[in-house]
Amino acid sequence: MTPSYQQPTARGYYGEFGGAFIPEMLYPNVEELRTRYLEILADPDFQIDLQHLLRDYVGRPTPLFEAKRLSERYGTRIFLKREDLCHTGAHKINNTVGQILLAQRLGKTRIIAETGAGQHGVATATVCALMGLPCVVYMGAVDIERQAPNVARMRLLGAEVRRAESGSQTLKDATNEAIRDWIANPVDTHYIIGSVVGPHPYPDLVARLQAVISEEMRYQLLEKTGTELPDFVVACVGGGSNAAGAFYHFLDEPSVRLVAVEAAGHGINSGHSAATSVLGTPGIIHGSRTLLMQDEHGQITEPYSLSAGLDYPGIGPLHAHLDASGRAEFISITDDDALKAVSECSRLEGIIPALETAHALAALGQLGAGPDDVVVVNLSGRGDKDLETYLKNMDKLT
Amino acid sequence: MTQWSALTDLCEPPRFSSANLREKISMNNRIKDAFASKQNLLNMYFTAGYPSLHDTLPLAQALVAAGADILEIGMPFSDPLADGPVIQRSSSAALANGMNLPVLFGQLQELRAAVPETPVLLMGYLNPVLQFGMEAFLKQAAEVGIDGLILPDLPLDEYEEMYHPLFQQYGVKAVFLVTPQTSEARIRRLDALSDAFLYLVSGPGTTGGTTLPDVEAQQEYFQRIAAMNLKNPRLIGFGIADKSGFDHACAHADGAIIGSALIRALGDTDDAPATATRFVQGIKA
Repeated sequence: MTPSYQQPTARGYYGEFGGAFIPEMLYPNVEELRTRYLEILADPDFQIDLQHLLRDYVGRPTPLFEAKRLSERYGTRIFLKREDLCHTGAHKINNTVGQILLAQRLGKTRIIAETGAGQHGVATATVCALMGLPCVVYMGAVDIERQAPNVARMRLLGAEVRRAESGSQTLKDATNEAIRDWIANPVDTHYIIGSVVGPHPYPDLVARLQAVISEEMRYQLLEKTGTELPDFVVACVGGGSNAAGAFYHFLDEPSVRLVAVEAAGHGINSGHSAATSVLGTPGIIHGSRTLLMQDEHGQITEPYSLSAGLDYPGIGPLHAHLDASGRAEFISITDDDALKAVSECSRLEGIIPALETAHALAALGQLGAGPDDVVVVNLSGRGDKDLETYLKNMDKLT
Repeated sequence: MTQWSALTDLCEPPRFSSANLREKISMNNRIKDAFASKQNLLNMYFTAGYPSLHDTLPLAQALVAAGADILEIGMPFSDPLADGPVIQRSSSAALANGMNLPVLFGQLQELRAAVPETPVLLMGYLNPVLQFGMEAFLKQAAEVGIDGLILPDLPLDEYEEMYHPLFQQYGVKAVFLVTPQTSEARIRRLDALSDAFLYLVSGPGTTGGTTLPDVEAQQEYFQRIAAMNLKNPRLIGFGIADKSGFDHACAHADGAIIGSALIRALGDTDDAPATATRFVQGIKA
């Protein structure tokens, strides 16, 4: 029997990637989480609370919509998994509702998070408001500028948004600051990581909480196509949480082609890119051994993408393993092609996607999918937060 | 040499010849000698290549001449998770100055000419060391006369399974961090695996913190560890900035580690060695 792609080893390894490379100051926190998360996730009371919130608060199941005009355009059968219809406008809340329930069971009274595009920050601020817990969100100074509506939403929800001023002042640096906060507040604080990154057990925890996406896809596809298994599942990857959720229940179904779409920024060889699977090499970032963008001396380099949610120099260890093993195909899409896909999806389907999601949509022309193939694109988020970026780039949107 | 390291000699094909290895290790008792011959040891941290690229050795020399008992040289990293803003900034500045591991090892060729007797540790993060190659790193470190290594993000399990024999082979001592939350069982494991000193993190937070500690909880923590009768001596670090902090730490351990406060002083000076000299004199006065 071939080993499952879903399950990391006891120490959190997917193939050669994963683990928990953390300073001693974080050890008790991470160890507490590691020893308790599976038991808490499996607890029937936890599951009752989680299912209730996913249905009545998040709005699950999200629809699987057959996109007929996009299908016609690309000569294949395209379905959109409408995570943009989740409360707060993206898939990120699937993870935060699960982690806030986990944090309560761990007796934690304060929540911290990092955010790039602001979607995870908003999703964390939202569940903290719901549960009455104080919330601090770290966000790169550059991202605070380019995702102003989400900053306002977090503040309206009662969260404190703290600027990360170091490095490239984006998602990587926000994550550093959140980790430093956790080091300074080891007893009362739970860190809700927003992606399948970080030390074990975070990549597995977040993947399990996002797996509801592919769980729903399977029965929705059965209803609409007569079979649970599509030919392609396509998702964008920054750290990789929506891709992990969209791939999860297909990982061990070899007939399903998994397509991970990274941000090429200005182009792979432009020096301004975030395409980690192409530009990255194995190393350690944020407590995990994975693929990351670094120089010859092991210094982590600054990524670039117009999209704040994909502007990260690493990918989760699961994705590094999917890439190394060939289980998933990695494609990279430039800023300009992503902007064209924003326009195309808006005009053909009446759905304005997030800039991150648009990278996945832009890959549709590169799949080689035929007329009988079923393609599912994870429509991970809606585009409202990106309106300012879209307005600035109107010339590229036509 | 202990029985255990003799056993390792037999099990591991030595990269040095056996006699050569013994010579390296016997020369490499500077940490033990320092703790045996002195009390209230002052371990001074500074970032290699800061404030300017070639300050590394002049600073080492000045710190030792002024009375530092141990040196801890920081290997700058782009994303130093356990460090506060002061060391983050000095690390970024050092990287911008052109510091990297090959340059550092080049500078350290003259280390033992500059500071013949003083124990010297390197402190940094795992990723640059892994890109350099752990064995190549330990070999170079041993050759230039480095005594110990602090890699806060190297997990204990990985160290024990993958790297402990290599550290022993090259005679480089691993120094581990202990925090107020570290369990007694884990402290005993760290103590058993180390042959240098334990680095007691004074309280929650990254380096250079300024928040006042909960004094009672801190006393309890220091006393609890003192009462464990560990084989390794103990140095207290994080948030110790001046003479009173140093004296307080010395009342509870074998000495203390100061870093961010020196780096802060070096940020406002044209004469780094003179500033370092004055800083240490102020602590040791």
